[in-house]
Amino acid sequence: MGLLSLAIWLPIAFGTLLLAVGRDENAGVARAIALVGAVASFLVTIPVITRFDVSTAAMQYAEKLEWVPRFNIHYALGVDGLSMWFVPLTAFITVIVVIAAWQVIEQRVASYMGAFLILSGLMIGVFTAMDGLLFYVFFEATLIPMYIIIGVWGGPKRVYAAFKFFLYTLAGSLLMLVALVYLYFKSGGSFDVLVWHKLPLPMDVQTLLFFAFFAAFSVKVPMWPVHTWLPDAHVEAPTGGSVVLAAIMLKLGAYGFLRFSLPIAPDASREYAWVIIALSLIAVLYIGLVALVQQDMKKLVAYSSIAHMGFVTLGFFMFNTLGVEGAIVQMISHGFVSGAMFLCIGVLYDRVHSREIASYGGVANTMPKFAAFAVLFAMANCGLPGTAGFVGEWMVILGAVKYNFWIAFLASTTLVFGAAYTLWMVKRVYFGDVANEHVRELQDINGREFLMLGLLAVAVLAMGLYPKPFTDVMNVSVAELLKHVAASKLN
Amino acid sequence: MTPMNWPVVYPELWLLVAGCGVLLIDLFTSDPERGPAYWCTQVAIAVFVAIQLGDYNAGTTAYGMSGMVVVDPMGRLLGGFAGLSVMLTLAYARPTLASRDMQKGEFYMLTLFVLLGISVMCSANNFLVVYLGLEVMSLSLYALTAMRRDHALATEAAMKYFVLGALASGFLLYGLSMIYGATGTLEIPKVFDHIANFRINREVLVFGVVFVVAGLGFKLGAVPFHMWVPDVYQGAPTAATLLIGGAPKFAAFAITIRLLVEGMLGLAVDWQQMLVVMAVASLAVGNLAAIAQSNLKRMLAYSTIAQTGFILLGLAAGVVGGNTVSAGNAYSSAMFYLVAYVLTTLGTFGLIMYLSRQGFESEQIDDLAGLSRRAPWVAGVMTVFMFSLAGLPPMVGFFAKLAVIQALVTTNVSGNIVLAVVAVMFSLIGAFYYLRVVKVMWFDEPVQTVPIVRGAGVSALLALNGVAVFVFGPLSGGLMAMCRDAIVKALAN
Repeated sequence: MGLLSLAIWLPIAFGTLLLAVGRDENAGVARAIALVGAVASFLVTIPVITRFDVSTAAMQYAEKLEWVPRFNIHYALGVDGLSMWFVPLTAFITVIVVIAAWQVIEQRVASYMGAFLILSGLMIGVFTAMDGLLFYVFFEATLIPMYIIIGVWGGPKRVYAAFKFFLYTLAGSLLMLVALVYLYFKSGGSFDVLVWHKLPLPMDVQTLLFFAFFAAFSVKVPMWPVHTWLPDAHVEAPTGGSVVLAAIMLKLGAYGFLRFSLPIAPDASREYAWVIIALSLIAVLYIGLVALVQQDMKKLVAYSSIAHMGFVTLGFFMFNTLGVEGAIVQMISHGFVSGAMFLCIGVLYDRVHSREIASYGGVANTMPKFAAFAVLFAMANCGLPGTAGFVGEWMVILGAVKYNFWIAFLASTTLVFGAAYTLWMVKRVYFGDVANEHVRELQDINGREFLMLGLLAVAVLAMGLYPKPFTDVMNVSVAELLKHVAASKLN
Repeated sequence: MTPMNWPVVYPELWLLVAGCGVLLIDLFTSDPERGPAYWCTQVAIAVFVAIQLGDYNAGTTAYGMSGMVVVDPMGRLLGGFAGLSVMLTLAYARPTLASRDMQKGEFYMLTLFVLLGISVMCSANNFLVVYLGLEVMSLSLYALTAMRRDHALATEAAMKYFVLGALASGFLLYGLSMIYGATGTLEIPKVFDHIANFRINREVLVFGVVFVVAGLGFKLGAVPFHMWVPDVYQGAPTAATLLIGGAPKFAAFAITIRLLVEGMLGLAVDWQQMLVVMAVASLAVGNLAAIAQSNLKRMLAYSTIAQTGFILLGLAAGVVGGNTVSAGNAYSSAMFYLVAYVLTTLGTFGLIMYLSRQGFESEQIDDLAGLSRRAPWVAGVMTVFMFSLAGLPPMVGFFAKLAVIQALVTTNVSGNIVLAVVAVMFSLIGAFYYLRVVKVMWFDEPVQTVPIVRGAGVSALLALNGVAVFVFGPLSGGLMAMCRDAIVKALAN
């Protein structure tokens, strides 16, 4: 069994085991199995980093087995510089989610943990699948555990949010399915993504394919105006669900642009780049303003996620190294930062059972250790130099300047808006006088919470201070991608 | 004249003898559980399935009874699958029969006759044989639906089923008689030859085709001939619903292929248009009407109509501009869709019976509320079925939809690609009501607290059915290849 297969199937195996033993009587056993499973699944992704060869753009750790011969579908896996970091990131976030749920989830523990472990495996599958249909299977299958997670452990409006999440995403990806089948036909019966990359296509076909992929990935990212499912899903999902949603699931869409839209329809991508750029700028500007007026902390972070993901899509369609690399760095850093932000809200919510900003005030007085972490992550969220949030945004802005000054100018307003809504929230929640009795009675974080926030803090700082390992991995693959996109595929 | 060639009809003869035998055996037993009749029926069907599937792919196509019947891989596969689904139906139904006044020897005898009719249709090579098989099957099904005599809904359903079914048979017969008038023959291969040779009055022929398609539309339950489906599915005792909704679909598919493809491929331009209209209408009506249902059986009836739309789309993609290159691909994907669909349907209705008990049918969607707490594995199995019907990977339903979409797209006709987009968009609407069932089971609090008590055998069977729906998705390659071989061989003669 290859490294990538192991990274996919180990968490799924543990998750299935959890579902099998799942009874609330033995919740302790379930927690232990989940932790062992999550940590083991993370450990098997370490060699993916250490053995990665940064000097080639080819697919590494490739696996290829025949799957459905009738349609020439293969079980084909592989990673390159574009996708490599998402494998350990997914597994890492899953460990954090398991730790976060340790005491918080009391009902149907085994099912909760099992759903997250299975989800983790499926998401790694999306990042590593090199067969179009295998990609689709993983991409769609992730909906099932997330739907259950939001619906079973979510808040009061969980049913609405779960349906909205599911149907919105499905609507986009069904069009992609037709596009994939059309590519299968055009390429003479192959679902191999690398074959599709080389396939010459006329402009009208490229345009249709581009917009079919756009439908699937823009919903997932999500881009304005198809973003409305995300605030609902985030608000209603349990903390773990929000963390995975923000940290990993949104990246599935962004990754799709990199792996499918850009290389398969490069001419259409250049032609319609303005659509993406315009929508991304709306996300950055308008959604930034929307975030400013939120009363609910989770909603605020959700809108801030949309704005940050706008940066990612903007970077992709600058068609230069800084833009694309910056976008990928932003994807990784946003994984850490948004995950951490949602965990902080979770920590508060577990104690006070409110997500309203108005329910808090002066938390720093009663929870100093926690407040230190929260402020650090907030700083990272508004892109303070030295934190992970800065690197990606800075690179994308530099890339944008090369492309067009005014786009860069508009994009860089995010530094203002991001700082405004994040810091204003920090001010109202953490600083000032103790606002009410609930806040006065708050207990500071325990060892478990310290561990999960600490791990993320290390990641955020490490990435902010020394991003070289991340960019080194991408260099060759991004250069290759840009070279590929620059060449016309028209015939 | 082909000789009688008796071995060709051994499976049908065996079912006939077994049906009569079961009736006799039942006369001499006093077991209120009807054990002997049940087991004899199961063994008889098992033997039938073994004959059909044992070497379904062996040798070439053979004709018997002076060319009235044909035995080819497609007929054998469909007959064998029908046999398997009847076996499964009986196993699911048996624990529920006694309390519904249906635990009688006739139940088993009639079931065997249903299968006999199906088998005759699968191997028909002559218009009259098609019709005979159809009537044997339909009359037995009417009787089965009406078996619960003191139940008003069931009686009403039987009445509707009978009247509309008789009407449909009339349509079919009328259409066939016109084709006979135009071509002068009842034998399917000769009709094919006559049409190919352009020696016939096309107007009469097309007129006949319209009636034939309408009759088939009734049997398949496609819009606008779907009126009977919701009422019958809801009203009939669930055991009869499953007998109507499972195995007969194979027969309906078989005669569609025999009549339209083997007989009238030359008129494909005409009947494909009708199928497309019926398909889109079925997708629309089925999916939209299902949203409004609160009765699970009625919802599944509308879902059946919608799924039929997909099968029809597969059938409508066979001939492109007079070219039959893609026919094998298209018809085999429709067949694969059918097998996947029936496998899932058997499970869902089996599950409804599994949850029912004396005086309680468990047929409202809300009856499933909180099932994940009462019986997690049953809820899990139902979730698999629902996601499969919705066409989500990795369930078998996804691969079925993939096959049909692939068949449409690879014709490279822009109209067909638009159809594929329409189909997936309607399946998005479909996802909503399947998801609602999942929501009721997982997100809602339980209302029923009565423990679910069922034998280990049925439980194991249900679990196995769930696993099959899950596993046949990723491992569907073999089944797809079987369907393809069968269709290609059927097209070759």
